[in-house]
Amino acid sequence: MTAFLELRGVSVRLGRFELEVDAALSEGWTALFGPSGAGKTTLLEIITGLRRPDAGRIVMKDRVLVDAAEKISVPPHRRKIGYVPQDLALFPHLDVRANLVYGSPVAKAEDESEFQHVVERLEIVQLLDKKPDALSGGEKQRVALARALLARPELLLLDEPLSALDAPLKERIIPFLQRVRDEFRVPTLYVTHAADEVVALCERAIVLRAGRIVADGPVSDLFVLRESPGYRLR
Amino acid sequence: MSSLDWPAIGLSFGAATLAVLINLVPGVGLAWLLARRAWPGKSLVETIVTLPLVMPPVATGLLLLELLGRRGWLGSMLHSLNIEVVFTWKAVVAAMAVMSFPFVVRNARVALEAVGTRVEQVAATLGASPWRVAWTVTLPLARRGIAAGAVMAFARALGEFGATILVAGNIPGSTTTISTSIYSDILLGHDGDAYGLIVVSIGLAFVAILASELLVRERRL
Repeated sequence: MTAFLELRGVSVRLGRFELEVDAALSEGWTALFGPSGAGKTTLLEIITGLRRPDAGRIVMKDRVLVDAAEKISVPPHRRKIGYVPQDLALFPHLDVRANLVYGSPVAKAEDESEFQHVVERLEIVQLLDKKPDALSGGEKQRVALARALLARPELLLLDEPLSALDAPLKERIIPFLQRVRDEFRVPTLYVTHAADEVVALCERAIVLRAGRIVADGPVSDLFVLRESPGYRLR
Repeated sequence: MSSLDWPAIGLSFGAATLAVLINLVPGVGLAWLLARRAWPGKSLVETIVTLPLVMPPVATGLLLLELLGRRGWLGSMLHSLNIEVVFTWKAVVAAMAVMSFPFVVRNARVALEAVGTRVEQVAATLGASPWRVAWTVTLPLARRGIAAGAVMAFARALGEFGATILVAGNIPGSTTTISTSIYSDILLGHDGDAYGLIVVSIGLAFVAILASELLVRERRL
């Protein structure tokens, strides 16, 4: 499989914490798995361009996004990398429709059908005129996903999208994520510390601990079913 | 029979409005730099901006007089362009602008900090340039706080006395404001006229503070 996103010698030092990563992502959904404080969000910020690494190179589909040695750093708005942070960050002053089209401001006829398709598949048609404040947790989640998809990203980064939700709601959102994965086919890096989510959604996993990659491979090799419900890392 | 000094009321109103308008762009820009960026000399600039809040206004007025007078650094440049500032209505605007600047900056800074960086970051990942992020996300979300600051700055400008009297004087019909008119009315024993203007001042201040409170409260909803 050819690498879709390559991270070569990417490192950053933040106080006493140091992140140092070498990895190649193929298309499909890859989990970035690890406990809190492992550096998952920091790595996402580096990939989106919200944080500059001290060293290293990032290449996406032959396009150099970062080359610290050459002082190259493509700004976030030119990277075509969608980012759904943990707190979703919907724009509170805009209604759902305006939130959704923010990343695709030039509304063309074909965009309209794409728009319809996305809002129907994520079942948010009835929410278009509401403000984010009026939405439930699960609705906000779907709107944030739809907004990221409508900007037509080449890569999607999801930062612990289910961690703030309770178990029953999580159960209901996972099928939506599977639908996004199977229908929109956007290469995705899915950040989580929950093994069950990795198994439900991803083919591959990169395991990060204390700023270092400690395992990288197919989910079926890395995770095993526990006797009590759920999965754990081997 | 007392009479209201309408030219003074008009000048106060017009000059305070102009002062706030002049302050808005640099004030919000500086607030953004203070809220979002780390740079050398930031604490120093922050302190200088706050100085007019705590310094005796007369001292600020004297410094302005030094700056804007014909032999002053800025005044000599303006003089060569045939622009006289000191003891004209422009000096009233300058004094009001300097004295009310901290209100614009401090309120705007708090408002910008409240917006947080996360929504801005997400807007950028959706393809928005820094300017588009500022226009469509940051400023709309901070606008109530910025407006509240502008209203407070306007109220402060209306009440300006110490700096104004030094740099603009108290020339009836030319540089006399509500505050300086009250002062000369008292000196001349025209207490009735002074009280008329005091009532006007209280009314204006009341409306401004109420408007500012309402703006901030609605933002919290």
